[in-house]
Parts: sequence; C-alpha cells; structure tokens
Amino acid sequence: MMLAWLMALPAIGGLLAWPAALWHRAAPRWISLAALTLDLLVLLHLWSGSSAPIDITGRGQWIAILQLPWIPQLGISFQLGLDGLSLLLVLLTLGLGIISVIISWTEITERTGFFHFNLLWTLSGTIGVFLALDLFLFFFTWEIMLVPMYFLIALWGHENRTYAAIKFFLFTQGSGLVMLLAILALAFVHQRETGTFTFSYFQLLGTKMQPATEMWIMLGFILAFVVKLPAVPFHTWLPDAHTQAPTAGSVILAGVLLKTGAYGLLRFVVPLFPLAASRFAPVAMLLGVIGIIYGALLAFGQNDIKRLVAYSSVSHLGFVLLGIFAWNTLALQGVVVQMLAHGISTGALFITAGALQERLHTRDMSRFGGLWANLPRLSAIGMFFAIASLGLPGLGNFIGEFLILLGTYQAHPAFAVAGTLGVITAAAYALIMVQKTFHGPPRAAAPAADLHAPHMAVMAVLIAAIIWLGLYPQPVFDVATSGLANLQAATPDGLLLADGRPP
Amino acid sequence: MSPELFAALPFLALSVTAVAVMLLIAVRRDHRLIAAITLAGLLLALIATGATAPPAPVTLTPMFQVDGFTSFFLALIIAVCIAVVLLSYTYLNQMDDGGPVEEYYLLLLLATLGAAALLASMHFASFFLGLETLSIALIGLIAYPVKRARAIEAGLKYLVLAGVSSAFLLFGIALIYLDFGTMSFTALGRIWDTNPPHGDIYALAGFAMLLTGIGFKLSLVPFHMWAPDIYEGAPAPVTGYVAVVSKVAVFALLLRYFALIGGYRFPSLLWAISLLAILSMLAGNLLALLQDNIKRIFAYSSIAHFGYVLVALLAGTPIALQAASYYLTAYAVTTIGAFGVITLLSRPGIGHDADRLESYRGLMWSHPWLAGALTVLLLSLAGLPPTMGFVAEIYVIASGVGMQLLLPLAALIAGSVIGLYYYLRILAVLLSPAPSLASPPATPKTSPTGGAMLGVLVILLFALGIYPAPLISAIQHATAGLARSRAIYLAEDNTAVTQSPGMPRSPGYDQ
Repeated sequence: MMLAWLMALPAIGGLLAWPAALWHRAAPRWISLAALTLDLLVLLHLWSGSSAPIDITGRGQWIAILQLPWIPQLGISFQLGLDGLSLLLVLLTLGLGIISVIISWTEITERTGFFHFNLLWTLSGTIGVFLALDLFLFFFTWEIMLVPMYFLIALWGHENRTYAAIKFFLFTQGSGLVMLLAILALAFVHQRETGTFTFSYFQLLGTKMQPATEMWIMLGFILAFVVKLPAVPFHTWLPDAHTQAPTAGSVILAGVLLKTGAYGLLRFVVPLFPLAASRFAPVAMLLGVIGIIYGALLAFGQNDIKRLVAYSSVSHLGFVLLGIFAWNTLALQGVVVQMLAHGISTGALFITAGALQERLHTRDMSRFGGLWANLPRLSAIGMFFAIASLGLPGLGNFIGEFLILLGTYQAHPAFAVAGTLGVITAAAYALIMVQKTFHGPPRAAAPAADLHAPHMAVMAVLIAAIIWLGLYPQPVFDVATSGLANLQAATPDGLLLADGRPP
Repeated sequence: MSPELFAALPFLALSVTAVAVMLLIAVRRDHRLIAAITLAGLLLALIATGATAPPAPVTLTPMFQVDGFTSFFLALIIAVCIAVVLLSYTYLNQMDDGGPVEEYYLLLLLATLGAAALLASMHFASFFLGLETLSIALIGLIAYPVKRARAIEAGLKYLVLAGVSSAFLLFGIALIYLDFGTMSFTALGRIWDTNPPHGDIYALAGFAMLLTGIGFKLSLVPFHMWAPDIYEGAPAPVTGYVAVVSKVAVFALLLRYFALIGGYRFPSLLWAISLLAILSMLAGNLLALLQDNIKRIFAYSSIAHFGYVLVALLAGTPIALQAASYYLTAYAVTTIGAFGVITLLSRPGIGHDADRLESYRGLMWSHPWLAGALTVLLLSLAGLPPTMGFVAEIYVIASGVGMQLLLPLAALIAGSVIGLYYYLRILAVLLSPAPSLASPPATPKTSPTGGAMLGVLVILLFALGIYPAPLISAIQHATAGLARSRAIYLAEDNTAVTQSPGMPRSPGYDQ
C-alpha cells in the first residue's frame, strides 16, 4: 500500500495546492514542499524497511510490490513494484521535484496554485511510470505526465511557449499512441498463445512470438521511448520545449522526463523482446553514437544558453542509448549512473541558465560575458557543472560515460571508439559556454544580485551529490544491482552482443 | 401486468408525457410548468427504463424488441435529454424573442420518442418510423429561434438533407424487400445464413443505399456537408441534442442491425464501411483545423469520432461491441458537456451563440469554473487520461488491434494526433491572457442548474475514466444480449452449415 501512497502523495498535494493559492500566494509552495518531502520519507522508509530485496519466485528481487484489481474485465490490474532501478529513479524524481519547488519560489509569482498542481501531477505521473508493472497502468501514467507538462510550458514558458508546448505534446502523444498499439498487440498475441488477456508485466514476459511480430511490436515500444529519450532523429521537440519551459519545467523535463524513455527501454523493450532487441541492437547503438556526436556539435553551435544545455542532453542520452543496447552489467551500471548524473548536472545547468535569465532578461550568450566579476558564486557553480557535464574524472558523469564506453567496448568496439569522440566534443561545448558567459570583458550591465541562500543551498546539495557519485558510486551500484538483475533475468548478460546473434 | 406492457413502460411514459404537454399547451402557456412536466416525464421514463431492464429480450410485436442493449442506450439518451431540458430552460428564458417557447419541449419529447423507437427496432418499418419521428421533430428544434436567419437556414438544410437521406434509405429498403420479401432484421439474417447473397445486384444496391442514408445521419465523410452548418445555426442546446441523441440512436441501431443480419459476411460492405471510417477520421480532423468557430470545430470533431466508433463496428468481436457502447457513452457525456459550456456562455438574446473561438480568449481567468470544465471535456475528446475519453479510445483501438484492422488503425492514430492539435489550440486560447478590452464582455450569469449539471458530467468523466469497471460490467451485460441474440442464430447457423457443407462462414463472429 505504501507504493500507492508514493504515487498518490504528490497528486493529493497538487489537489490541495491549487485552491490554497486563494488563501495565500505562498501556500501552494509550502504544500508542495511538504507533500514531496513526505513522499521522500515514504520512499526512504520503504528502502530502509527492507534491507534485502524480497525474492519473489520467478519475478526477481523487489523491495515492494502491490497488486489491486482495477478493470478486471479487461485483464487490467493496478500493479506497482519497486526494485533497485525504480528506487534510484524515484529518488531522483523526488529530489529534483523538491528542488524545482524551491527554485520556482521567486520565479513563479502568477497563478502559483495551478503551477504547483501541474508540477506535482507531472511528478506523480513520472513516479507512476517508474513503478507501473501493468502495461495499461504504465501507459496511463505515461499520458498523465504529459498534460500537466504541457500546461507548465504553455502557461509559464518564455516568448515562443505555445509552439513549443504543442510540438512537445504532439511528438510524445503521437509516439505514445503507437506504443499503445504495440501494447495491445502484445496483449492479444499473449492471449492467442495462452488464452488469458492480460496487461501484467510478469505474465507478458516470455511471450512467444514470430520473429517478425516481435520486431514490429518492439518497434512500436521503441518509437515512444526514443522520442522521449530523445534519440536523433526524433529529438527536434526537445530544444524547443527545454528552451521555452520555465526553469522548473526544464529541470523536470531534462532531469526526470527524459529518463522515462531510458527506463522504458530498460524495463520493457529488452526484457519483453529479447531476440528482436538483439537484432535491433546495432541500429540502436548507431543512433546512440549519432546522438552523442550530433548533439554535441549542435550544442557547440548555439547562442541561446538553454538551447546549448538542451542539445547537450541529446548528447548525454546518446550514451544512455548506447549503454542500454550493449546490455552487459558494466554498461548497464554505467547507464544508471549516467541517468542520475545527467539529471543532477543538467538540472543544475538549467537552474544556472534560469538564474541568468532572471537577472539579465536574456538567454543570448553573445550578450553575456565577464559575469564572473559581478556574479562570482553563480559563475563558479555554472563552471563547475559545465565541467561535470564534459565528464571530468571525479564527478558523476565521468563514471557513467566511462562505464558505458567500457561495457560497449566489450560488446562492440567500433561503437565504443566512435562514442569516445563525444567526450572530446563535450569539452568543446562546455568550455565555450563557460568562456562566453563567465569570462572575458563584461558586456551586460551589472546585474543586481548574486545567488541567494535558497538557491545556494540547492546548488550545494547538487554539488555534493555529483561529487559523491563521482568519488564513491559503490552504494548506487549496490542498489542498482538487484534491479538490473531483474532485467537481466529475462535476457542473460551479453545477449545483445555485437552482431546481434544470440550466443 | 404482462411482461410486454411492462417492458414498454419507458416508451409509454415518453408518449404520455408528449401528449400531456401538447394538451396542456392548448390550455395554459406556462414555460416553467411545461418544463417541469417534461422533466418529470423524462425522469419517470428513466426510472421505468432502469426498473424494466429485462433479463431476457421481450418482443413487442415483430417490429420492436426490448433487451439489455435497448435499455442501456435508452437510459443514456433519456439522461442526455434531461440535460438538454435543463440547459434549454434558461436559454429559452433568455432568448426572449417574443415567440412561444412551450412547443420546444413537445418537439424534444417527440424526438426522444423517435430515438427510443430506433433503439428497439427489429424491422425496417419501425426503423424508418423512428427515424422520421426523430428527424421531423429535429427540424422544428433546429429552426426554433425563428428570428435567427442562421437557424432558419440550418433548419431548411436539415429538412432537405433529412429528406434526401430518407429517400435513399427507403429505396434501399425497397430493393432489399424486393429481393427477399421481408423487412425483419432477424428474418433477413436467417435467409442469408442459408443462402448468402453473393453477387446479388439488388442486395448490393440496397446495402449501398442504406449505407448512404445512415452515412447522412451519422454525418460520415463524404455525407458530412450538412453537419457544420447545422451545428453552427442551431441553438446550442439543440446542437448538443443533434450531436448526441440522433447520432447515438442511429449508431446503436446500426450495431444491432449488423449483429442481427450478420453483416460481417459481406466483404464489400466491410470495405465500404472501412472507407467511410478512414475518410471520416482523416477529413473530419483535417477540416477541423481550418475552423475558427467552436461549434464547427465540434461538428468536424464529431465526424471524426464517428469514424473512430466505426472501427469498433468493423472489428465486430464481443469486445468491439463493448468498445462501441463505451465510446458512445463517453461521447455522449463529453459532447453534451461541451455544448453545455457553450450554452452557459451564450447570450441567446443577441441572436447567436458564443461560438467564435476568439470569444473564448482568456476564459480561464474570467470564468475559471466553466473553462476548467471545458478543459476536462477537451481532454476527454482528445482521449487523454484520466477521463472517459481515454478509456474509450483505448477500448476502440484494442478492438481494432484484436482483428488486425491495420489501415483503419493507422488512420485512427493519425486522426487523433491531428485532433490533438486543434483541441490544444482551443486550450491555448482558453489559457491565453484575457484581452484587455475597454468594455469587458458582459456575460450572463450562469444558471445554477446548468452549472450543477456540468459539474456532474465532469465528475462522471473523471470517475468513469479512473475506475471504469462498473460501467464496463453494465455494458458487458447490455451487449451480451445482442451477442446472445446472435448466438441463437449461430446455433441455428451451425445446423444449417451441417446441412449444407461448403458454405462460407462469417469470420468475425466465431469468437
């Protein structure tokens, strides 16, 4: 039942926060903060409550599992499960959620009630995505994330917000509907095979299919996930959405929502369709490598600081795609660390960009320059995360990228070599950003104030997290291991080797 | 009381109320009284429908049959009619153009009676009778505000098109009667079970004519041209009524007709319906993109929605029958809600409704409750969770996937993504900052009954979107009757098959 609360608490908080704005403008902020903190406590309680994950026969190791009837007539149940992988991602979601509330404290002054309602409902949907073990429920929560995010961009975004919001919605919804077709097709294939019509993840695992059917159904799933991830060539919604969204929206989009694509690939695509995935692996890895290099090159060419960070996300998530389809323990551990590190560092960069925009009223880097003199704290933090983003050893991103490349090398050396180029290009865009924004002669008029205490506190937490992830990632590995074992139970280590032949 | 009379109670309640209203108007013109009596009669009919829902089909003459399917849809359309009465009362009061308002309720009751007859028909004669009762009453309702040129124009258009489509239907019925000597659905099904009319030119022409007539009524592309004009011209509550009751009743009839005659054995018929469905989904959604009038947008969106339901009709499995029924229910709740919002925002006195998209700019900040309701309704139309529209869309897609209807499904996905675009466009208008006009538009004060009704609809949309199990089991119960009446045939059909080996079997119905 605790799992249901994990999803319900932000939703309830959102429902309370909306009308609370009538009472006092700041009330929704406090309510959201309380709801998310409570949720974090629930999560920590779940985690500490079971030091060793429960081994459920035939289903792997789970920290908690919940199953309630929902629409029994259609074989749909309300089934949630928390394993190591979900735990880390929910933790990231809640952490970034709390941070989003804090950084919106001064930025969002209009319609605070509705803003926090949308923020919390997006988070609730995302947590649902990370927990759902019924494919219908998964799709339900997948869609739940979208609408509030649309409102966040369309209402509190910047100058071109309507266009960006609609583009974001159409891309994700269109690909989501294709995934729905694939989910239903899988359920019907399963019914033909076994006679039961169900959407339960555990029952659908190991469904026997014709190779061609398996490939088509898998492609339906993959389309939704690579649009969300995003992989080139499905990434064009991302720069617009990230650039136009308010800071909290960008943080949630980049930090959490993109991870749902990676999570879907990990949890559903490979375990449900191991053979098709192994045949598709070279294509996916190629897309990953293209994403790494293309994203980095485009990031280098941007003048808008938020667009630069957005394209750097494309590059970083290319690594994730590469690592997922390498599918060995090294690469998968790397994927988990990369997802966490990207969430933290990109989130921090978006907060930096948002803080700059709040002070200078522009995102155009050609009008920045020499900010270090006036804004030393902001500039130092910005530089720190730019360097984290380029993968400096000792910081989280390095561990993620290194492990992914190492794992990929075992599976397919050529892709690993090509992927390594991305580390060089990352240095180019990260450094040019630092140079244009913080160094050089001051160009903009002296802005008012440096970062104030709440922002500094947020940044301190993020800095600590990324250093910890870089220096001592072992606890993360330990937690992720049981989750990854669940995934690999369906598909043994190295199934997706190199040329796609099952061993 | 004999079971037949008992089963006929809802129909009798509607008829008696209509007659009572007619007589009362002759004696005393009192808007409030007439509306109250209409409402009471409808409530009585609704209760009667619930109380008399028969466990087994009850046959009332060879023309009508009351079964679970009839009762379910009868309850739905009576509930919609109650909503329309609630909306119309304030609307007519505010219209205040000097004309009489009481006959409006008479027409509404007659139209509902016609729709009810459609729901129970088992015979072309009763089908035609119900359809004409419905259509003729609708002409009166559409043109009711006689001082509005648009409404008169819409009424005339509907008159002409209803005439044309009736002519097509009659001719189709005549051709089929000529060929087989019967107009009963069950008898036709039985004849075709033993003697499938392959390559029979009369039957084929008859089907084509029937399909054309039904296509007009459901405003499927390419028979859709009337819909936007009539949606725009008719007063908003009537538009809601036309969009829901007449279409839902005709579609329910189509479902029953298809099940009873075993329509799935005619590949040409299935191809024609596929084509209509694909065209409706694509053209409906694409044309909606070009509109600036919210009533016209809903007209095109309704064209597209009926394209979606046709996918369920094409699939024809038991799950598809449920899907179609669920979809029609969701459509009814959502559409009546949408036209409810338009009605509540309109000032009927000025001669047209609040239908220009521009007049919705910034509604979220001037009328947060109405705009919030409209937002939920739009989300449901777009098939987004957690609303009924989401479950309905998944249900229909599931039935299509089950029968591997790839082309219609592709059109459905494409159509709903296009659809999403214009729903979001309306949403963006609602959310945009309010225009800072010198004179803020004086909006009428919202009628409390209308507001309460809208609240109920929105709660229904959420409740049955998050926990649809109760409605689904009711629908399963209702459609089981339809499937059962077919199953009786299949039993006879099987004996027929053993008697005449080598006869082709209907593919869709074996599950």
